[in-house]
Amino acid sequence: MRGRPLLFTSYEADQALMPTTTKKVALTVFLIALVLVPVYDVIPLAPDFLSKDDWLKVLTNVMIFAIGALGLNILTGLAGQVSLGHAFFMGLGAYTAAALGAPEGPLVGLGLPIWIWLPAAAVVPALVGVLVGPTAVRVRGLYLAIVTLGLVFIGEYVFRNAESWTGGSQSGRTFPRFQFRLWKEEEPLIDFSRKGTWFGIELSNEAKTYILLLGLVIVATLIAKNLQRTRVGRAFQAIRDRDIAAEVMGVDEVRYKLLAFGISSAFAGVSGALLASFVGRTIPERWDLLLSVQFIAIILIGGAGTVTGTLMGSLFVIALPRVVQDFTGWLSDKIAAGEGIVAKVGDFFIATSGDDFGIVNTLPGTGPGLSVFQLNLVLYGLLIIVFLIFEPLGLYGIWLRVRNYWKGWPFTY
Amino acid sequence: MTPDILILAQEAGEQSKLAATIWDGLSLGAIYALLAMGFVIIFKATQVLNFAHGALAALGAFFVASFATIIDVPGRWMPDAPAWLTWSLAVLLALIAAAVVGMVLERLFLRPMVGEELFAVAIVTLGIDIVVRNITNDWIGTDIRPLGDPWGTNFFDLGLLRIAHTEIAQFVVSIVLVVGIALFFRSRTGIAMRATAFDQEAARAQGINVGKIFAISWAIGAVLAAVGGIFASTFPRRIGVDQATAFFAFKAFPAIILGGLDSIVGAVIGGFVIGLAEAAAGTYLEQFEFLGSGFGGVVPYIVMLIVLLVRPYGLFGTEEIRRV
Repeated sequence: MRGRPLLFTSYEADQALMPTTTKKVALTVFLIALVLVPVYDVIPLAPDFLSKDDWLKVLTNVMIFAIGALGLNILTGLAGQVSLGHAFFMGLGAYTAAALGAPEGPLVGLGLPIWIWLPAAAVVPALVGVLVGPTAVRVRGLYLAIVTLGLVFIGEYVFRNAESWTGGSQSGRTFPRFQFRLWKEEEPLIDFSRKGTWFGIELSNEAKTYILLLGLVIVATLIAKNLQRTRVGRAFQAIRDRDIAAEVMGVDEVRYKLLAFGISSAFAGVSGALLASFVGRTIPERWDLLLSVQFIAIILIGGAGTVTGTLMGSLFVIALPRVVQDFTGWLSDKIAAGEGIVAKVGDFFIATSGDDFGIVNTLPGTGPGLSVFQLNLVLYGLLIIVFLIFEPLGLYGIWLRVRNYWKGWPFTY
Repeated sequence: MTPDILILAQEAGEQSKLAATIWDGLSLGAIYALLAMGFVIIFKATQVLNFAHGALAALGAFFVASFATIIDVPGRWMPDAPAWLTWSLAVLLALIAAAVVGMVLERLFLRPMVGEELFAVAIVTLGIDIVVRNITNDWIGTDIRPLGDPWGTNFFDLGLLRIAHTEIAQFVVSIVLVVGIALFFRSRTGIAMRATAFDQEAARAQGINVGKIFAISWAIGAVLAAVGGIFASTFPRRIGVDQATAFFAFKAFPAIILGGLDSIVGAVIGGFVIGLAEAAAGTYLEQFEFLGSGFGGVVPYIVMLIVLLVRPYGLFGTEEIRRV
C-alpha cells in the first residue's frame, strides 16, 4: 500500500510491530546509531561527547533500568496493579545471580556461568512473585500499593539478615561479572568486563558491557512489545480497565494477575542481577523504597502502558542525575570565572562557599542548600507530580502530540 | 539467698518485663494512632491516600526543633518566661506552620487532581513525599536535632515499670485530640466534612465549600502528623528528630491498613495493635538468633500482611462495592 501509509487491509497489518515504511527506516537508523555509540570516536572530527566511557556507563545504567521498568510496565501499565515492591524482586534476582554465579568464597557462590545465573535471576523472582500473588489478588487498589510497600521493608530486613548470602549491611557482597563461559573454565569465552579488541576495533570494558546490555534490552523490548499484542496482553488490559467486566467475558482474573506478577518479577530479577553485576558490590540497603519509586517515576514520566514511553522514561529518569550534575558543575565553573549574566544568575542558585546562599551546593559534605544528590531526588518528586497533573500520558503523550502535528500538517486535526 | 527468693526475683523480673512491654507498646501505639488518624481524616475527606504523611510528621517535628532550639523564636523575645511557656509557644508556632504546609500542598498539587483516579492521586503524594522528605532531611542535616521539650528524660519509677513524663504527656495529648476530633465532627464544619466524605458533589450542591473542607482536613491531618512526629522524636523513642524520623512514621501505614483506610476508630485500634505487636516482638523475639536483628521493625508489616489475607479491607474498612 505504498503512498497510503495508513491504509491497513488486514488485522495483522494493523497490529504489525512496524506498520509503516517510515517506522521501519527510523527504527533501523536508530538501532544502527545505538550500536555505533561505543565506536563513535572512530569517526574523524567527532565531538568528544558520547564516546566518553562514563557516558557509556550512564547509558548502560539506563538500559538496565529499562529492563526492570518494562517489567513494572507490564504489571502496572498493562494489568493495572500498582506495585511498590519492585525493588524487592530486583534484590531477589541479584542475590540469586550472586549465589549461583559468584566465585566460591566466604559467601554463598557456586561459580556457574552467565547462561545459568541470568535465567535463574528471572525464574526465582518469578516464582516468588507468584507466591506473593495470592495476597495481591485478594487485596485491591490502594491497599495493594501499601502491601507491596510492606514487601520492600520485609525484603530489606531479610536481605540484611541473610548475611551468608548478602554479606550484610557492613560490607555487602560482590556479584558475578559479565563473562561468558561454557562451564567453569579459567579463561572466559567472551569477556564483557575487560577491554580488548573485537573485529579489529579496540573496545573499552564499558563499551563491551554497553553492547551486551543493548542486546539484552532489545530482547526485553521485543518480549514486552509482543506480550502486549497477545491474548495474555489483552487479558491484562481487560483486567486493568474493568476487572469484573473482564471476568464476565471469561478472563480468569486470578490466573492473569498471578501471571502479571510473575512476568513483572522476572524482568525485575534480571534487571536487579544486571544492576548488581554492573555495579560490582552492593549492600542490602540498595534494594530500598527509593529504587521502587524510581521505577514508578520511570513508567509514569514515560507514559504508563506504553513500551516506547517506558524506554523514554528510563533514559530521562536515569540520565537526569548525570545531566544535573554536569550542569551544576559547568555552572560553578562559570561562577568561579565570575563574569557575565550566567555567573550572576547561577550564583543565585548555587552555593559555592559555606556562607553563600543557594538552592544547591557543590561543596563536599553538607552545606547550605541541597546537595546535587538531594536535588536529583527532589527533581524526581517534582517531575512525578508535574507529569501526573499536566501530562498524564507522559513523554509518550508529548511525542504523540508532536508526531500528530507533523502528520497532519498543515492541518491541526 | 535461698532458691525461693531467686524464683521470686525472676518472676518479678518477668512481670516487670511484661508490664514494660505492654506500656511500651501502648505508648508506641498512641503515636501510630495519632499518625493514622490524621491520615484517615485526609483520606476520608479528600479521597487522597497520603504517602507524604511520614514526611509531614518529620517536618512537623523539625519545625518544633527549629522554633524551640535552633532559631529559638519565642524564647528569644521573652528571655524571662519559664521554659514550659516558650516551649508551648514554639510548639504552637510549629503546628501552625505544619498546618500551613499541609494546606499549601493540597492547594498546589492535589486540588488539580480532584476527580482523577485514586491511584494517580496517591502517586502524586508519593512525589510530594520525596520532595518534602528530602528538603526536610537537608534542613535536619546529619545531626540529631533535640526538640528541647521540658520533660527531658525524667520518669516515674513505679517499681514494676518506669513511666516517662513524656509518655504521660503523650497519652493526655492523644486523648484530648481523639475527643477533640470526635467533638469536631459534631460541629458545623465537622458535619460539612462528613458530608463531603460521603459525596463531594452532593455536598457541593448543598452549599458546602468543598475546597475549604479539603484545606481544613489537610491542616488537621498535617497537625496530627506533626504531633505524632513530636512524640516519635522525644525521650523514650529517640532523643530528637533526624533523617530516620520519616521512616519511623512509615510504620503507621500498617496501622492504617489494619484498621481499614476509611475508619477513624480502626486507625486508633490499628495503631495500638501494631504498637503492642512491635513492642512484644522487640522484647520476646530478639532472643531468637535466627530472626536476626531488627525483627521488631518489620513485625508491623507482617501483621498487616496476615490481616489483609483474612480481611482485604482491614478490620473496620468499608468494603468497596464494585460495579461493572
